[in-house]
Amino acid sequence: MVTTVKDGWELVVGLEVHVELNTVTKMWCGCLTDFGDDPNTNVCAVCTGQPGSLPVVNGEAIRSAALIGLAINCSIHEVSQFHRKNYFYPDLVKNYQISQYDVPICFEGHLELEVEGSPVRVGIERLHMEEDTGKSTHLGGSGRLHGADTSLIDYNRAGVPLMEVVSHPDIRDPETAQAYVRELQGIVEALGVSDARMDQGSMRVDANVSVRHPDDELGTRTEIKNLNSVRSVGRAIAHEAARQIAVLEDGGTIRLETRHWDEGRGVTETLRVKESVTDYRYFPDPDLVPVHCPAEWVEELRASLPELPAASRARLEAAGVDPAQAAALVSTTGMLAVLDGAVAAGADARTAANWLVGDIAGQVAAAGTTFADSGITGAHLGELLALVDDGSLSNNLAKQVVEHLVADRGARTPADVAEAEGLQQVSDTGELQAIVDQVVADNPDTVATIRDGNAKAIGALVGQVMKATKGQADPRATNELLRATIDG
Amino acid sequence: MTADLLTSSAADLAARMTARDVSAREVVDAHLDRIEATDGDGTGDRHVHAFLAVVADTARRHADDVDQRRVTGRDLGPLAGVPLALKDLITMRGAPTTVGSRILDGWVPPYDATVTERLRAADVIVLGKTNMDEFAMGSSTENSAFGPTRNPWDLGRVPGGSSGGSAAAVAACQAPLAVGTDTGGSIRQPAALCGLVGGKPTYGTVSRYGLVAFASSLDQAGPMARTVTDAALLQTVLMGHDPRDSTSIDPESVGQPYPDLLAHLDDGVEGLRIGVVTELQGEGYEPAVLAAFQASLDRFEALGAEVVEASLPHAPYGLPAYYLVAPSEASSNLARFDGVRYGLRVDAPTAEEMNAATRGQGFGPEVRRRIMIGTHALSSGYYAAYYAQASKVRRLIAQDFESAFGTVDVLVSPTSPTVAFALGDKTADPLAMYLNDVATVPASLAGVPAVSVPNGIDDAGLPIGLQVMGPLLGDDRCYRVARALEADLDLDLIARGPHALDAPA
Amino acid sequence: MALSEAEVRHVARLARLDLSDDDVAELAPQLSAILDYAQQVGEVAADDVEPMIHPFPVVNVVRADFPAPSLPRDQVLDGAPDVRDDRFAVPRIVAEDA
Ligand SMILES: [Mg+2]
Ligand SMILES: [Zn+2]
Repeated sequence: MVTTVKDGWELVVGLEVHVELNTVTKMWCGCLTDFGDDPNTNVCAVCTGQPGSLPVVNGEAIRSAALIGLAINCSIHEVSQFHRKNYFYPDLVKNYQISQYDVPICFEGHLELEVEGSPVRVGIERLHMEEDTGKSTHLGGSGRLHGADTSLIDYNRAGVPLMEVVSHPDIRDPETAQAYVRELQGIVEALGVSDARMDQGSMRVDANVSVRHPDDELGTRTEIKNLNSVRSVGRAIAHEAARQIAVLEDGGTIRLETRHWDEGRGVTETLRVKESVTDYRYFPDPDLVPVHCPAEWVEELRASLPELPAASRARLEAAGVDPAQAAALVSTTGMLAVLDGAVAAGADARTAANWLVGDIAGQVAAAGTTFADSGITGAHLGELLALVDDGSLSNNLAKQVVEHLVADRGARTPADVAEAEGLQQVSDTGELQAIVDQVVADNPDTVATIRDGNAKAIGALVGQVMKATKGQADPRATNELLRATIDG
Repeated sequence: MTADLLTSSAADLAARMTARDVSAREVVDAHLDRIEATDGDGTGDRHVHAFLAVVADTARRHADDVDQRRVTGRDLGPLAGVPLALKDLITMRGAPTTVGSRILDGWVPPYDATVTERLRAADVIVLGKTNMDEFAMGSSTENSAFGPTRNPWDLGRVPGGSSGGSAAAVAACQAPLAVGTDTGGSIRQPAALCGLVGGKPTYGTVSRYGLVAFASSLDQAGPMARTVTDAALLQTVLMGHDPRDSTSIDPESVGQPYPDLLAHLDDGVEGLRIGVVTELQGEGYEPAVLAAFQASLDRFEALGAEVVEASLPHAPYGLPAYYLVAPSEASSNLARFDGVRYGLRVDAPTAEEMNAATRGQGFGPEVRRRIMIGTHALSSGYYAAYYAQASKVRRLIAQDFESAFGTVDVLVSPTSPTVAFALGDKTADPLAMYLNDVATVPASLAGVPAVSVPNGIDDAGLPIGLQVMGPLLGDDRCYRVARALEADLDLDLIARGPHALDAPA
Repeated sequence: MALSEAEVRHVARLARLDLSDDDVAELAPQLSAILDYAQQVGEVAADDVEPMIHPFPVVNVVRADFPAPSLPRDQVLDGAPDVRDDRFAVPRIVAEDA
């Protein structure tokens, strides 16, 4: 059930997602894209805008842009052009950003999403290539821009290839916005063209939010910045919608403005008001020549597309995996590969999915790491499930094995873990019979009630056997032996 | 001895150095002394003030190195050891690049322009950086923030611009060669006003990497010299594909080789069809200029060329189109000068005020005018009528050239409507100054090559120039036609001027 | 077309140029005269003409995604008016980026 806004109102959201590519070098020069390095160490004449320097396009960035475009069902312009977006800001080395304007490389696509069990299609207006800016640190005040008395600029990030994906205002609820962002994230990950880490800024989302009475004209929108997790995307949109409705119902009006999302306080606040639409004076960049994407090149690219999240989900569901689990699996980095590995090693897809999304995900989270870093491989999972199948591990023991796998980052195989940690199931009847006889002898009353027909009471005795074997007794075998002994 | 070192052509100097009858060091010292004696610092009116910086030590070191390698029998380039004056818009490590502006105050470029690298690879010896109109915006070099350059033919007159320092240096025998840059005529017009040969290469044949940009789609660096052969030799050194400039022509990918400027340089004009551009003469051109032009046409015919009328119907719209396209690009190219990363900073409480104060005080009046024009021409509501419409007119002009070259081998016109004018004459009226470019901007907008060659001297003893324009990558034809006229006229320019300076002694 | 002093001020704001009142008073007529002259391009019928951006038609000039040496940090910072902690320092930024 998606979050609905107040009765009589409709929420309208469009998203602008900036995706930083993981190319080795920057968009226009050979400097490394490692902007985490010491300040101003990955910079040159070009990416610091030294007079006389000129940009030359990174061919890999064009290829990545087209790949993403095809993956989000866009058409590719056979000829596209770079424009200059002119505005002054200290982190922008040339005081214009090289971007694309009326002829972006990719246009008119869409994403098919599944939100709360029902299909939703969100249209995509365009994907265009541009360059990232430098990073400013604000001294004095709160460390935020406001109240700062000096700003320090590091241009390591200046010129890093940036792809901007602009959706149509087709989104009507926060959950769809979140699903859209997750889907885009999954796609660029599947393509391997970006780390798409919202927490690290390699994927940044701006939300254009407005409300209206159904069938009215679009209302005035506000643009929310600084959404650095899928969760904040949902929270910020819900909060902003409620705020706008409240303002309008008080007879107030919404200003065209940019708002900042304060994750801690869970509110959006005015960043700056746009008195008038900024005049960017776009014009074709005379330093760069047109980009040609011939149809045959585009088709080769299309043919090289890997399996994308939607297809993966469909494949899993066809294999009997529960849709919710399939979605979780595909949207968790590295999980799908592990599942495929386990299945290749002979595991049943549904069981493997249960373990991954259930216990394993839980223990990974508990260990405070990410699945990708957990060290768990398809081979591990395959072997673990095989051990459960052939009865050498009970579910309980298997969970204990997983704990160890996560703890030592998959350094040992499940079999080694079971061996070394003595996590083996006791099903050898001789050994078990002795313990059973002991338990029966120790609990005459319980045994009596069972003989009087209260079969359930046997559970207590099973429990005692388990206790005596530190959980390593095979429950099935234990049951049979107890019954035989009591009836015997 | 020194005298003829200063008056010799680059080709002769190179030949004598190859023959070892003179060393590169001797040649360089002679020119450095000449600069010392004639250049001044821009304050007095008895000096040329062609140079903003002289790199004497580097030049002498480079010369010694050339001499040494020559001794060890290493075969060197055709211009090895020849001194050159470099326009101060082209970056060179170890010396400031000012672009004639205060806004780059203190900036020493951290890299060499491709042009600078090619000159060094050819062992051409850079003596220093020459004066220019600020950011190459002007036609008289009076817009330099460091004082004007004076015309060696008459110190009361301008050398033209924006490459006025480069032109004056060569005319004053301070260097046999100079590199200028041409956006709307900035090599050809000063060449004409200083009695020199100046070439604007086909757009894309000389790398713009390291040229501080004025108008990116028009800027081209090119040669200035006292003879056609010297200019052709220098342009040959400058030309070449550069992967660092996306607009640089790669012969492979366009399937068309760069022109060989020397192979047929002396073949004459017999059998060539020379088109006289109807729209680039008549009203606004000084009688002496038109007379010299007509006389040259007669000579071409006498030399066996077929001289025909040719039309560039849209040429009259070239100047208005140019004064929209160039400022538009400039308004964006010059945005980076904001007091943050390099050059001048005028302090102010906020970043925005600091930017505005720095730019307001760092740029001179003409640069501010053009930034304003360009910003307006690109702004919402005006883009279509100004920048876009001008870019369409630009294509029509390019098409005019294309169809003209379907019937003629080259086009000719006067280079400048006037000879050198007095300092201060046109500074009050920007538009009057812009009109100097009327004959040179059409080729700039179309990207086609053009060469200005001296074709006479007026009654006041001031040089006049003729412009030869060719099709894209047809630079060789321009030089061939210019060479034929030069040989036939045989104007002894050194002897007849620059009489304003004590002749080289 | 005449450019009013108000328009001159607006353009100067876009161009981030500090102009004195005298500058504005002097520029208004000068810019108007230049624009009047430039206006002529409007006389040419060119609706169906493709604007010309590059004089020589070159396409698809790309670089391999292969690192080239960056500049030593000192060389980049040397030319800067104000440097702190190896970064370029600027006074308080008032407007958020456009
Ligand atoms: Mg953007
Ligand atoms: Zn760089």
